[in-house]
Formats: sequence, C-alpha cells, structure tokens
Amino acid sequence: MNVMNMERNGLNNKSTFSAVSEFIAKNKIGFLLIIVLYSALFILEKMMPPSSMLFVVLKKGAIYALVAVSMNLLNGFTGLFSLGQAGFMLIGSYTYAIFTIPVEDRAAVYQYFDGGIIRFTVPVFIALIMAGVAAGIFAFFIGLPVLRLKSDYLAIATLGFAEIIRAIFQWNKLGPITNGSNLLKKFPSFSSVLFPFTVAGISIALIVLLINSSYGRAFKAIRDDEIAAEAMGINLAKHKLLSFVISSFFAGVGGALLAMYQTTVQASAFKAAMTYEILLIVVIGGVGSITGSVISSFLFIACSEWWLRFLDSETYIGSFKVPLLASGFRKVVFSVVIMVIVLFYNQGIMGTREFSSEGIARFFSRIASRNRKEGA
Amino acid sequence: MAENILHLERLTMQFGGVTAVNDLTMDVYKDEIVALIGPNGAGKTTVFNCITGVYEPTNGSVSFCGKTIVSNRPQGKMKKLYTGEYRGEDLKIISPTPDKITKLGIARTFQNIRLFKTMTVFENVLVAKHMRARQNFLSATFRLNFKEEQRMREESLALLEEQGLLQYKDEIASNLPYGLQRRLEISRALATEPKLLMLDEPAAGMNPQETQELADFIVQIKDKYNLTVLMIEHHMDLVMKISERIYVLDFGKLIAHGTPEEVQKNQRVIDAYLGVAEDA
Ligand SMILES: Nc1ncnc2c1ncn2[C@@H]1O[C@H](COP(=O)(O)OP(=O)(O)OP(=O)(O)O)[C@@H](O)[C@H]1O
Ligand SMILES: [Mg+2]
Repeated sequence: MNVMNMERNGLNNKSTFSAVSEFIAKNKIGFLLIIVLYSALFILEKMMPPSSMLFVVLKKGAIYALVAVSMNLLNGFTGLFSLGQAGFMLIGSYTYAIFTIPVEDRAAVYQYFDGGIIRFTVPVFIALIMAGVAAGIFAFFIGLPVLRLKSDYLAIATLGFAEIIRAIFQWNKLGPITNGSNLLKKFPSFSSVLFPFTVAGISIALIVLLINSSYGRAFKAIRDDEIAAEAMGINLAKHKLLSFVISSFFAGVGGALLAMYQTTVQASAFKAAMTYEILLIVVIGGVGSITGSVISSFLFIACSEWWLRFLDSETYIGSFKVPLLASGFRKVVFSVVIMVIVLFYNQGIMGTREFSSEGIARFFSRIASRNRKEGA
Repeated sequence: MAENILHLERLTMQFGGVTAVNDLTMDVYKDEIVALIGPNGAGKTTVFNCITGVYEPTNGSVSFCGKTIVSNRPQGKMKKLYTGEYRGEDLKIISPTPDKITKLGIARTFQNIRLFKTMTVFENVLVAKHMRARQNFLSATFRLNFKEEQRMREESLALLEEQGLLQYKDEIASNLPYGLQRRLEISRALATEPKLLMLDEPAAGMNPQETQELADFIVQIKDKYNLTVLMIEHHMDLVMKISERIYVLDFGKLIAHGTPEEVQKNQRVIDAYLGVAEDA
C-alpha cells in the first residue's frame, strides 16, 4: 500500500514539462543513437559517390521499412490479414505526384491530355500529408464493408481492391488527372538519404507512439481475442477501421516517398508482388515487432538489390565459367533463402520482441559486468 | 421487492432447427446472487450470449435496469423456421454489439477462459479501462491524455492489488496458473465498472478447496463493488451456498426456479439431473 501511495503522489505531481523531460531522460540512449545515425549518414554522403549501392539500399530500405511497419500495425498488432498495401501506396504516390508537378511542366507531362486539369502545385511537405490522407480516405470507404469479413476473405477483398485501383488509375477517361497509363514525372524528388530517413523515421515513431498507447492495447486485445475484446467494451468496427485507416495513411506516405525515390510513377508498377514483398519483410522481421520490420526491410532490400546481384551475371574464374550464374538466378537463390527463413525461423528475426535502447543498455552493462568479473 | 436489474422476457434462441433457449422469462434483482443451472447443453451459456449481444435472440427481449437493451422477433428465414409458440410481433428490433452492453454496465467472464494471451496481467486489466476513457487516438498518440492514462494505470494497479494479483502484474497472462487466470478474468470484468457481473462456470476445473475460496471471493467482491451477480455453475455446493435464487434450465426450457431449498426438493430438477454425474 505504501508503495502504491508513493507512486500515486509521484504521478500526480507530474507536469507536462517534467513528463517530456522524463521521457527524454528515459530514452537518452535512443536519442544518442539517432544523432549518431544522422551524423554517420551525413559523413557517408560526403565521402562516398552518390551512385554507391549503399545509398540505394538505405533510401529504398527506409521507404520499405515505413510501409512494412504500417502493414505490421494492421497484420501484426490488430490481427487483420490485409493485402492492400500496394494499392494504398499507389494512391499515395499518385496523389503526391499529381499535386507537385510544377505548373510549367504539366503540358509536357500530360501531353495527351492537354496539360491535365489540375493547374496548381502544393509544397512537398503538404503533398506528403495529402498522400497519406488520400490513402486513408480510400481505406475508410473500403474498410466499412470489407472489415466485417473474416480473415481469409479480408485478404482476398483487399488484394482485389488493390488490383482494381491499379486498373482504374490507368483508365484513359481519368487521364486528365492520372495521365492514364502514361508516366507521371518531373515532380520534386530527393537526393540525400537523410530525407527518406527523416520522413520514414517520424512516421514510424508516430506508429510506435500509437501502438504503445491505450489504442495500441485495444488493437492487441482484438488480435488476441475478438470476443473478449468486445466484452471488454472495445468497439470492434471502430477500432478495426481506425487501424486500417492509419495503416493505409502511412502506406500512402510510403508510396509518396517511393515516387520521389523513383522520380517517375506508373500505376502498372504497383502489382500484388509488391504487397507480397512487404508481407515477406514483415514475416522475416517478426509479425508484431516494429524493429524487426525495420531491420528486415534493410536486409531484404540489400539482398535483392545488392548482395545477390552477382548471381545474375555470368562470371569467369580464369577461363572457367561458373555454372548456374545467369540472369534470373538471383531470384531463385533469394526464394530459397526466404523459404528457409519462413520454414525454420517462422517467428522471424525478432519474434514479437523489440530492439530497444534499454535493451542495448542492458546488453552493454552485462558485458561491462562480465569484464569486471574477469578482471577481478 | 428490490430494484429489478435484469429482466428476460420470453427469450428464445433458435439455431436453425435447434432451440437452445426456449421461451425463458427470468428476473434478477439488485444485490442478489442468482444462479443459472442445468445439465450440459441446457442452453445456459446461450442465455449469457443473448444478454451480452454475442447472439441476437430469435424472439423476446432483455431489459437492464428497466430499459430494454435487446429485443427481437423472428425475421427473414427465421419467420418460417421458428417453432416457438410466442411471437413478439410488436417487438422492436434492438440488437446492440457486445461493447455497447458492457458500457451499460454488464460484465461477463467466459466458460473457457478468454484472456488476452500475449498481454501482461496489468495490460489485461488496463485494456478494460479503455472503454470509459475520453481520449481519442490523436490525443493518445501525442500523449496529451497522460493524466487520463495515469488514472487508468493507477486504477488498474489498485484493482490488481485488491485482487491479490499485483505481484503477477508483469507476467504474460497465459503463463499464470489456471486458478489465477480465472481470477484475472474476473478482475478484468470488474475493471469495466459493472453493475451486473455474469460468471460462466467460474469454478470449472477447480478442486473443492479452491471452489470454497471462490465462493468467499464472489461474496466479497459483490459487497465491495456493489454488484449483482448472475452465475452459471455446475458445482452444486457452491451454488447452494451463495446463491439466493436459482433458475434451472433443461433443453432450453425453464423447469424450476426458487430458493436453493425449493429447487433441491423439486422433482423435475431431480429427474433432469438423474444420471448426470455432478462435475464436482
Ligand atoms: N452458435 C451455435 N450454433 C448452433 N448451435 C449452438 C450454438 N451455440 C450453442 N448451440 C447449441 O445450443 C445448445 C445449448 O448450448 P449451451 O452452450 O448454451 O449449453 P450450456 O448449458 O452452456 O452447456 P454446458 O454446461 O456444456 O456449458 C447446445 O445444443 C449447443 O449445441
Ligand atoms: Mg456453457
């Protein structure tokens, strides 16, 4: 009882300011890591040629990390098996592109549609948010009917939605807005890796804050047992829709980042295969682990874009031609690697655990104490 | 008579051709402990599910504190299939989802424990506080609700302490021993601040001593939290000891109701239970 009272008093006297400073104090190592990371990225960019594969991996990895985390919010934390991610990314990337192409370039981009019907641009930052909002609005109206479905049907319905959206955006009648099946281009993009890191980082931080809030607990309750969650007064329809809309919002922002990274957008690229890639990242990282999704995203992109590239090119050692190495072999190896991971580590790299600054602190203090013991 | 808390009016639940609950009328008054008993498959759990909105009853109504909260008449396919004699043609269709019922002040536990398995003991209770919180998802994300969050945490800790579960607060719920899981499920129900607590076989799987403790526990929380209790139970000693009135179901039909002494003497009850070994 004494302990309880002390805790109560301690909590009651806390002001917003001290709550914030306490939060910073508690996450000291986390903040330190962020500063170190940014400095490292900054220095790397100064030292290495911008064409280095490393930057490709870092940029694309950050974008995929955001989308994977958004998918994990839905699939891992709310227990809704949805496969609509590519569709929401498409909406996000189109929204971003449509509203940021400079007015003077529109005639060239929309050459078959008289320069399109939108004759203004918005700042990049606003367009990124609009991308999320557009994806969220679509999610809201799709979610209303679809979220009543049981798991397998939900997956099929969302997959179907993504395919339909892809077709609609290529529809010629919508050309004045979407440019039909032609490319959208000339919108602002980024060159520094710091940009996707910042946007994805802030977005992921927001998702983590949500997951660790009362709403996150409600989502997890729904995942663990829908009937019990409902009996605890959690409105299933409302909370599922909320999770779906928020997940889609961030998939939309991720889509906008992808558009910036690629510098062009075409609806035909947002195939179901893209959703499967993201699903794989989530599974490999551990369903229900945010840090797992982030780590696995960078590993996945590094493997598919960089480390396994050599498998695709014919290689000679002296005059000996290494067998099997030919265009397409990379995909075979990659599939085998993934299959092995899914079969033998079906919890993923992280399971549902998280990689936390406290965990790191604990790890180092353990090493330190071991060293001390050895020294003694 | 004391204030009426729960009233079932000619409640019928028919699944296809199976009538699980048949024309049941029943009352629970404030501060009572009422037991609902009957052989396996009698329809007891189905009654709970109809009251709490898990099932939509085929016909009849449920009132809580004088207000009709659930009501239905045979519709659609059921118009043809319905075999009951009474049709509440004039009944309105009121069919809320379970969370609405919980919010009104009816909390329940489940026959097969349904805890949030991957969450800690503390979180299991904390989740129940979510329903009455005034935050929205934005204020919660940006921690503008921290006063409310604090309050929810304090209340949950206090509840865990009162229930003797404080020392397990960081355990994953599914790692608790069985008896404590039952207790946690009741604590979680209490966290929703109910007026009526409905327990579905709270003593299932317990030995006589644990059952005895549970009996004391139920009486104790009833007094402490000002509850009215409706429970389903197979352990007759528990039922006879703490319940003021008993309703007996058999094949969905009410075959007897009254005080424990009256019910024990009732020939139809004895017949219904004949050959049915007590689970105790
Ligand atoms: N969702 C359902 N669909 C079809 N039939 C059902 C459903 N739920 C229950 N029943 C049937 O209704 C009858 C009553 O079941 P119920 O679970 O209410 O019994 P019970 O009295 O709680 O029994 P027990 O003591 O075994 O828990 C059973 O015959 C059961 O098969
Ligand atoms: Mg039952």
